[in-house]
Amino acid sequence: MLTKHAKLMEFFSIAGEITGRKKLQKMIYILKKCRLPFEEKFEYHFYGPYSEELTLRVEELCNLGFLEELKEEKSSYFQYHYSITGDGEAFLQQFASHLPGLEEKVNLLNEQSSRFLELVATIMYFDELPKSEVAEKIHKVKSKQNYSEEEIEQAWDFIHLLAGKASN
Amino acid sequence: MAYKDEQLHEEKVFKDPVHRYVHVKDRVIWDLIAAPEFQRLRRIKQLGTTYLTFHGAEHSRFNHSLGVYEIVRRILYNFKNRPNWNDDERLLCLCAALLHDLGHGPFSHSFEKVFKLDHEHFTREIILRDTTINAILERVEPGFAQKVADVIAKTYEDKLVVSLISSQIDADRMDYLQRDAFFTGVSYGHFDMERILRVMRPMEDQVVIKSTGMHAVEDYIMSRYQMYWQVYFHPVTRSAEVILSKILQRAKYLFESDAFTFKLKPTHFMSFFTGDVQLEEYLKLDEGIVSYYFQLWQEEDDAILRDLCERFVNRRLFKYIEFNPNLQMNTWMELYGLFKEAGIDPDYYLVVDSSSDLPYDFYRPGEEEERLPIHLLMPDGSLKELSRNSDIVESISGKKRTDHKLYFPNDFVEKLPDKHVKKRISEILGLPE
Repeated sequence: MLTKHAKLMEFFSIAGEITGRKKLQKMIYILKKCRLPFEEKFEYHFYGPYSEELTLRVEELCNLGFLEELKEEKSSYFQYHYSITGDGEAFLQQFASHLPGLEEKVNLLNEQSSRFLELVATIMYFDELPKSEVAEKIHKVKSKQNYSEEEIEQAWDFIHLLAGKASN
Repeated sequence: MAYKDEQLHEEKVFKDPVHRYVHVKDRVIWDLIAAPEFQRLRRIKQLGTTYLTFHGAEHSRFNHSLGVYEIVRRILYNFKNRPNWNDDERLLCLCAALLHDLGHGPFSHSFEKVFKLDHEHFTREIILRDTTINAILERVEPGFAQKVADVIAKTYEDKLVVSLISSQIDADRMDYLQRDAFFTGVSYGHFDMERILRVMRPMEDQVVIKSTGMHAVEDYIMSRYQMYWQVYFHPVTRSAEVILSKILQRAKYLFESDAFTFKLKPTHFMSFFTGDVQLEEYLKLDEGIVSYYFQLWQEEDDAILRDLCERFVNRRLFKYIEFNPNLQMNTWMELYGLFKEAGIDPDYYLVVDSSSDLPYDFYRPGEEEERLPIHLLMPDGSLKELSRNSDIVESISGKKRTDHKLYFPNDFVEKLPDKHVKKRISEILGLPE
């Protein structure tokens, strides 16, 4: 039952707390690109890969009482915090899918900023382009974020690090 | 005259029940409509299985694509000579609007779920590979096809152009809400589009709405909200969708099983089963082909495939009850065991369907730069997010928008010979004994 929800619950159980919807979106997208079997469909939106399906599924998990959502008012926007509840843990005990390799990657991703994960996710989104063209594309589609060459290089290193962990 | 500037001698019009007329003057648009890959959209229903609930919902992706094109054409007519708008992008916008759904296949939502496909990928393939569509676009100028593909994929550098085709108040949504309302016959889904088009303003990287037009946009958001619950999330349509997905899942399972041989080789489905779908094969699969196989599979030797196809073809759908996966977790476990005991395979006949399984989205205000909301252009030139100004939109944005339903074949339960199992299943599902 609810196998797609169960995979997300496993993610939240490992992560402890996720701060920010943008961060959540990018983390799941990156994990999916690392061949972890998340099934949410992503499309490119103004701020990089985004999944409406993921947004609604998380809303469902909150409405079911499996996740707790805390809303924090910032100067010009709201920030959301997510953590698993007791009912969520109980659900997971019955329906966990035990995704191998998930824990290490989730911990690694959760340490990064949402700005950096946005860059990593966007580079991964353009994986059909030759590496030499990716930086140019990033500057075009994300001109407002003003990513430096150094940040782009760090993102590539991070992607290689994730790929190394995938093959371990 | 360059091909991109060529105009037809006389303007052509398509009679349209939603927009009255769809006007075509550009030679490029006329040629694109005539291309086989675009004509194929006539054979794909816009709303998939919804016709099993609302019998009028037989309209196609072809109708809708023309409608989106027409809305963008009217928006651009209003934008001409406005600040922030570069009319050189006009043809690009029109092509992207017309072709935005080109990669949809038959019942694409179910096909994408079961076979792990992505219609956006096929839209790009049709535009960029060796097709009639590609030849027409490249005749406009070398690299033009790539630009059209980028606009549809939302990765084109000019965000204003992208937002016309895809944003929270775009031509795509404005057409499908009105068209789906018209063909289903429901009284929701109507709003004053002419007014919205008049108050749309091009800004640096998005289309915004002049604040005096806020109430027209409120109406649009309300229509969207009502259409989701009344049409798109309709539980009977979802029942048909569940059965359709299970047919595809079963057919794939049988294909992979060494012990089963189809009476008729499922040639058109082979690459879908093996996960290696090439463009040429994808384009051949339309609803006619799918219906043909479903008819034939009613005579296959596999009881599950046979039954599911018979249900779909004859609209003998699954029954449903409201289901709360938190409160009824143990109920589910018990039901699963009882179905197995009764010889009804729960992997095909006991299905929880959630609102997040459906391909529609509610209006969402800004969420930490996650998704671009609708912005109002205030008299002082500043921008304000819609829900911060509109109580109506704010109240809808905060509503619970999720639900889960449990689907099962009531007729199977009714016919169970084991009275004890039947009684317990009926008790749990709230069925009369």
